[in-house]
Amino acid sequence: MKILMALAAGLLFGLGLSLAGMTQPAVVLGFLDVAGAWNPQLLFVMAGAVLTTAVGYRLVWRRSMPWLATGFALPRATRIDARLLGGAALFGIGWGIAGYCPGPALVALAGGIGSVGVLVAAMALGWWLAAQWQARTSNRLRG
Amino acid sequence: MHPWLLAVLGGVLVGLSAVLLMAMLGRIAGISGIASGVLAESDRAWRIAFVAGLLAAPLLLFAVRGDSGIGTPVVRWPWMAVAGLLVGLGTRLGSGCTSGHGVCGIARLSPRSLVATVVFVLFGMCTVYLVRHVLAGAGT
Repeated sequence: MKILMALAAGLLFGLGLSLAGMTQPAVVLGFLDVAGAWNPQLLFVMAGAVLTTAVGYRLVWRRSMPWLATGFALPRATRIDARLLGGAALFGIGWGIAGYCPGPALVALAGGIGSVGVLVAAMALGWWLAAQWQARTSNRLRG
Repeated sequence: MHPWLLAVLGGVLVGLSAVLLMAMLGRIAGISGIASGVLAESDRAWRIAFVAGLLAAPLLLFAVRGDSGIGTPVVRWPWMAVAGLLVGLGTRLGSGCTSGHGVCGIARLSPRSLVATVVFVLFGMCTVYLVRHVLAGAGT
């Protein structure tokens, strides 16, 4: 049941991104190109998604726990530190170069375009490298 | 339908997906977190299922209306590789991407997510500005 619900959520997410035009890098880059022919489309997607999520989360949190798990796994970090800012900056640069963030990149992978495969493989390598680096620095902190 | 209306509708579907995942599994719908966990963590089955759903979406759209919605890349593969690496490193170090910070985090009114979203949108805008309006013609 848990697997089925995760699959349904992934499908819904992918359909939303596709219908919204977010799997077209030209549309995404058009939003980031404020000095050119600016395309606000991404803003409409964000508005629809954030409002729906904000209302839906509050309805869901009236329950003491999710239907298929024992608790809500919410991020606990509250500090705005160099890692958050540096990570967001690197992500922004990569996003601006090609117009893909992780969701649309994975959805577009199904299109069978070779260079999208290259981007997703490089992204996975980036996740792995960052995880190695984080494990090493946290070990050093522990002494 | 006008692309902007479709954009709002698509956004609502993304939001419903996030709400479904929270209601059922108690999880944030952050793509970078879910997908990077496929490679590393132990709790993998639901993550693989979620990613499979993402991949199935354009195929379903293609079957229904003959258009997968997938656009053509605008840069060549070496730049796709550079972009992918930066997106991977950045989303892992920064603990989230457009979905985890931009949608779920802002919906939770998380100050961390709001700041991260402002930072990656600004850096994305600056990068596009450099590429299109400063280095234009220098060959990307």
